[in-house]
Amino acid sequence: MIRIVLPAHLRTIARVNGEVQLDVNLDTGGHATQRSVLDALEARYPMLSGTIRDHVTQKRRPFVRFFACSEDLSHEPPDAPLPDAVVTGVEPFLVVGAVAGG
Amino acid sequence: MSKVRVLVGTRKGAFILTSDGKRERWDVKGPHFAGWELYHIKGSPVDPNRLYASQSSGWFGQMVQRSNDGGQTWEPVGNKFIYDGTPGTHQWYDGTPHPWEFKRVWHFEPSLTDPDSVYAGVEDAALFHSADGGQNWKELPGLRGHGSGPHWQPGAGGLCLHTIILDPKDPNRIYIAISSAGAFRTDDGGKTFKPINQGLRSEHIPDPTAEVGHCVHHIAMHKSRPGVLFMQKHWDVMRSDNAGDSWQEISGNLPTDFGFVVDVHAHEPETIYVIPIKSDSQHFVPEGKLRVYRSRKGGNEWEALTKGLPQSDCYVNVLRDAMAVDSLDRCGVYFGTSGGQVYASSDAGDTWNAIVRDLPGVLSIEVQTLP
Repeated sequence: MIRIVLPAHLRTIARVNGEVQLDVNLDTGGHATQRSVLDALEARYPMLSGTIRDHVTQKRRPFVRFFACSEDLSHEPPDAPLPDAVVTGVEPFLVVGAVAGG
Repeated sequence: MSKVRVLVGTRKGAFILTSDGKRERWDVKGPHFAGWELYHIKGSPVDPNRLYASQSSGWFGQMVQRSNDGGQTWEPVGNKFIYDGTPGTHQWYDGTPHPWEFKRVWHFEPSLTDPDSVYAGVEDAALFHSADGGQNWKELPGLRGHGSGPHWQPGAGGLCLHTIILDPKDPNRIYIAISSAGAFRTDDGGKTFKPINQGLRSEHIPDPTAEVGHCVHHIAMHKSRPGVLFMQKHWDVMRSDNAGDSWQEISGNLPTDFGFVVDVHAHEPETIYVIPIKSDSQHFVPEGKLRVYRSRKGGNEWEALTKGLPQSDCYVNVLRDAMAVDSLDRCGVYFGTSGGQVYASSDAGDTWNAIVRDLPGVLSIEVQTLP
């Protein structure tokens, strides 16, 4: 079970409170990736499609970042394995909206 | 007794204002989608409880929200706007090629006959259509495929398709306008489009009378005369009596002919309204006075409408989709400002009152007259 923390606006869109918990398909090595986590998230909550990744390019939207285990994973390749602590549910996968404003 | 519902899009959410036909007391509901930009909300003419709302943010992109109960509840529908084929490029501000990239929906125009049929005008400029209530969107490629698309260049607000007008007498005829490409018309239901900018003159472009490249801000039409169009261009207020084939200037005695909104009285096709804005470099009303100008002669001769509007120290703007009329007798006129005020007149503009004064900056106003 992978835990995902969404920013407030996306929790409102998906109509969820608190963390999202998802069963994610693991690859043959037992790994989950950004791509598999986001695929599972969008399958459960189709209204989030396009809000985190661009519909066409599947690239992370510029003002969205990914963190886990106190590390910035935003620039990791989408198919790179996520930390074991995320896969085992010890640590959440954080989707963060950039703090930007005047 | 009839009722009026005003749909207000703002920089931080949507608001729905309702009143009975007297239009004296208003109920304000909102914000819906708090914190998001609501570029436009519009109801179906054949099912007024069916509303479409464009919800967008620089962080999380575009959402399309649909209501089946007049805005009490909403559900997200399709937000996938994929350009037809290989999108290609348009011109960037500096004249270099720039890939076509979807940014947001500026305007929804529901069909005049089917509540599940709705058009969307988007940035970067293109026209999309949904036949299933907003679940799926398909571009009408004849517009960008007109041939001039690679030469379109964005205005300061972006390369936005902001105006869609459906001809009530000819279902194959649609008018659209793009900043800053100009106005276009299809006569075959969207298969092909042609520019309709003859008579426009824009001194800020290399060829002031070019076929495309004019910064059209808004176009309005009275449903009884679909061949007569009124345009607020970047500078100049214009009129066409032949479905856009040619235009004549009708700025007349306006204090400035820069502005964004233009609209037509619900029952008097020659009575039109604009709100002059000082200039393209000073996006606020001139002389600190908020004045609606009305012409009862289809242009050229304008009178200032000021009663109930601030006449000193006022420096707001009124954006292109932020004026609308109701169809009661007498005609109600409504507009929203960058300062968050929504003003209403229940006597065709003679007197004004603020329905609400302190909303976030208003992006759009639509009005529904309900039985």
